[in-house]
Amino acid sequence: MKDSFSIFVIPFCAGVLVLLGISVWKYWRWIRSFDKLQRAIIRKNIWSWRFLPAIWEAFREGLLHWRITKKNLLLGYMHRSLAFGWFLLIVVGAVQARLAYPDGHPFWMAIFYNYFEPECHPVDFPRAAFFANLMDGLLLYVLSGLMLAMFKKVWSRPLGMKRTTRHTLMDRVTKLALWSIFPLRLLSEAVTAGINGNGGFLVTWLGGVFDSIGISNPAFEYTCWMLYSVALGTFFSLMPFSRYMHIFTEVFLIYFRQLGVHDSNKKTGYTMFELSACSRCGICIDGCPLNRELGITNVQGVYMLQSIRNLELQRNAEPIAENCLMCDRCVADCPVNLDLSVIRRQVRIKNKAAIDTKQGYSYLNDVQPFNAIGRIAYFGGCMSHLTPDITRSMEIIFEAVGQKYWYMDKDQTICCGRPLLQQGFERQAFELRRKNTEMIVNSKATMLITSCPICYQSFKKEYHLSIPVMHHTEYIDMLVKSGRLKLRKDDRRVSYHDPCELGRGCGIYDEPRNVLRATTTLLKTDQEREKSLCCGFNLGNPLLDLEQQTRIRDAARDNLLAPHPDTIATACPMCKKAFTHADNIPVKDIAEIVAANIIEGSAQ
Amino acid sequence: MKSISIIGAGPAGIEAASILAQQGIAVTLFEKSSSAMKNVADKTFLFPDFAAASDIVEAMNKKLLNSNITLHCDTEIVALEREGKTSWKLTDAKGMSYYSDLVLIATGYTPFDAHRKEELGYGIYNGVVTSLDMEKMIRYDKIVNSLGEKPRRVVFLQCVGSRDEKSGNHYCSKICCVTAVKQAIELKRCLPDTEAYVFYMDLRMWGQHFEELYRQAQQEYGIRFVRGRISEASGTFDGRVQIKAEDTLMGLPLRMTTDLLVLMVGMEASEGTRCLGKACGIGGEYGFVQSKDPHLNDTATDQEGIFVCGTCKRPMSINDSINDARSAAVTILQAIQ
Repeated sequence: MKDSFSIFVIPFCAGVLVLLGISVWKYWRWIRSFDKLQRAIIRKNIWSWRFLPAIWEAFREGLLHWRITKKNLLLGYMHRSLAFGWFLLIVVGAVQARLAYPDGHPFWMAIFYNYFEPECHPVDFPRAAFFANLMDGLLLYVLSGLMLAMFKKVWSRPLGMKRTTRHTLMDRVTKLALWSIFPLRLLSEAVTAGINGNGGFLVTWLGGVFDSIGISNPAFEYTCWMLYSVALGTFFSLMPFSRYMHIFTEVFLIYFRQLGVHDSNKKTGYTMFELSACSRCGICIDGCPLNRELGITNVQGVYMLQSIRNLELQRNAEPIAENCLMCDRCVADCPVNLDLSVIRRQVRIKNKAAIDTKQGYSYLNDVQPFNAIGRIAYFGGCMSHLTPDITRSMEIIFEAVGQKYWYMDKDQTICCGRPLLQQGFERQAFELRRKNTEMIVNSKATMLITSCPICYQSFKKEYHLSIPVMHHTEYIDMLVKSGRLKLRKDDRRVSYHDPCELGRGCGIYDEPRNVLRATTTLLKTDQEREKSLCCGFNLGNPLLDLEQQTRIRDAARDNLLAPHPDTIATACPMCKKAFTHADNIPVKDIAEIVAANIIEGSAQ
Repeated sequence: MKSISIIGAGPAGIEAASILAQQGIAVTLFEKSSSAMKNVADKTFLFPDFAAASDIVEAMNKKLLNSNITLHCDTEIVALEREGKTSWKLTDAKGMSYYSDLVLIATGYTPFDAHRKEELGYGIYNGVVTSLDMEKMIRYDKIVNSLGEKPRRVVFLQCVGSRDEKSGNHYCSKICCVTAVKQAIELKRCLPDTEAYVFYMDLRMWGQHFEELYRQAQQEYGIRFVRGRISEASGTFDGRVQIKAEDTLMGLPLRMTTDLLVLMVGMEASEGTRCLGKACGIGGEYGFVQSKDPHLNDTATDQEGIFVCGTCKRPMSINDSINDARSAAVTILQAIQ
């Protein structure tokens, strides 16, 4: 054993101190700025067993990168070898040092073990050779990931990515530091092995090569270790300011999420955790319909988070946040499960806060209350008023099963408020929600059914009603399963379009399909369920013109027409309207198909 | 002698055929339906002079009685391709092929399918009809609401499927404005007690006598014109139709209950126009076919031997179509000499 200290460990130690100091300071500040609700949730759940699933998820996602692996094996391997491989290098290195020096050692000795322990077989460490080989194996594992990462920079297609992220200068410098760490480690250990003959299979072999060309000398050895330490120190001190902050932050985020914390309409400390947990992997770019159909490649989730987090880019956040269909495709793709749409909405709300439209809500007072004891409430939604076949079909279905109902927005329509909220008009949306809630609560209706997925998501997630809320596809599925509604199967061949707000928004994928299987022949399309394509006529994006919307719509239509259906089925009035204008093929809502296939006298 | 085929036996096709036939040239005329003049036969009276459409149909059919004209009804030409250097091959839906040196496309228009504007409730509420349904009601003098009773109020809505971004038709169909005025007057002549409203964006009274007709409608017949589009229609419990609209001159939203809502459907390129335009590479905007030059050479096309006339190019009135057919006939005569 040499001295336990050498000058070259200073950059590494300084880096660790900077990283720890800044991280602790940042995390402490963010946790302090959680809002009241988030704090209450943490206080309530902190002593529960929820930390167990959090540990499992942190291991699975932070180290094994399971969700990325499911997307693409090679991409998953790349991330896993860098994360899990490096993690094991540190852990096994620590164990190795611990076993070699049972009496204790400074912490850097675990990192620079090979330099400080030139002995091949220390007397009191019988398993030294095994550990040396294990460490070399792990280093090789990490290096293989690094090779893949470099390959991905040149050609990302084999790793399942058409486009990759354009990084900021800081991110690129930090990546350079990260990428140089492992080759430098190999070099340093190999030179040391060339002089002392220690280390495992890999470095001994490489050391032999170095020795044979005569570059193994203590001065070169010292330089290499110094460079390795500088690379580590640079990476650690830049890490809190770069995308690599996600390495630690994701663990915290997973823990908070498991405790039940979620994002609100204002930027809080939790949002800061989300912003920093984004690794800027760029997986959100490929699926985005704006990228796929219109070639707009600078507004996706990764760039939005980047622009909010980065002080210099902050002025871009506003236009980026506006240019989005809010179809949640990126949310479904995100390997970190970030609430990208909620964060986007926060920016929109901030932009619109100054706009005052308090006037003009006086008409809300004219809406008459209704006593609906013993009835269910039916809310068609504004868009369903433009597709009256849907609401008429629902009325036929209610009558067929003898269900008493209150058609709450038949004459006097109040919007559910979600379109306003999605555009960032938080207070205005609140006014509408308040009035609707009052109407529903006072009517004493027992259940709320809506035909529009936008309203459905709003009632389900933003209203906090005490009665069950159902989309009509769920309701019809329930009627069919319970035997109250008997349907016949016709000879239509149908492909089903998953509306964004119903599918990705609320996770309703199976109920519409059950109903369609009961009434028609349901065909499979290439992009369905979580991967379904937005119809483009979503209310989320105020910036697209008709021609651009049409291009997005046509892509979704082509996907639906690929299996040669004779009807397109959907469960959203907006999607229905979008596709109706597209082609001569009939477009039907599920309610219409059901209403046409009721077996008379089936009601009980 | 060059052989000539004309696709479509409407006013344009027949007029061109008859002019060429009178010059002693043999013409083959193809019509996809069972008789000629199908679209005109759907009408009752024609603007602006209330001439009977049946008279026009009869007069045009008489022009077909020429030994130089061979008419193939129930023959839908679905493919048109070049055969050799100068000849064209026409294939019909049954697979029969015809060869011709010159082809005149007069495949015309089809009325906009009002089902596509679902918010207006056509096919959902019985009180919602199209301008073509209205023509039939006028012909049989049976203008009734959904319950078979005399309507107390009738609302006409302009620009259904024309000048409408959402349905993909940015263009003006040209004839609906004056048709609504004409139909409202006919309605008032049949049922003087019935109220008539016309909802419009602009009234384009472009032709001779149109403006006078519009003035008469207001002054003599008391028809009310409201500037604004109807956003949605819904049914009422008594079988009537409630509409929501905005009076843009008053700046006020309004609701109105009516017995009949008449949708003035616009013109769209017919299936034949779309298909043949694409087949021989002269497809233009919105599925219509494109002529060589709108000013100087409006009946020839970029494809040698293919000529176009009538509403397959753009929306036109009947008399414009007939005039256009004559100029096409002249162009063809020049081409064969």
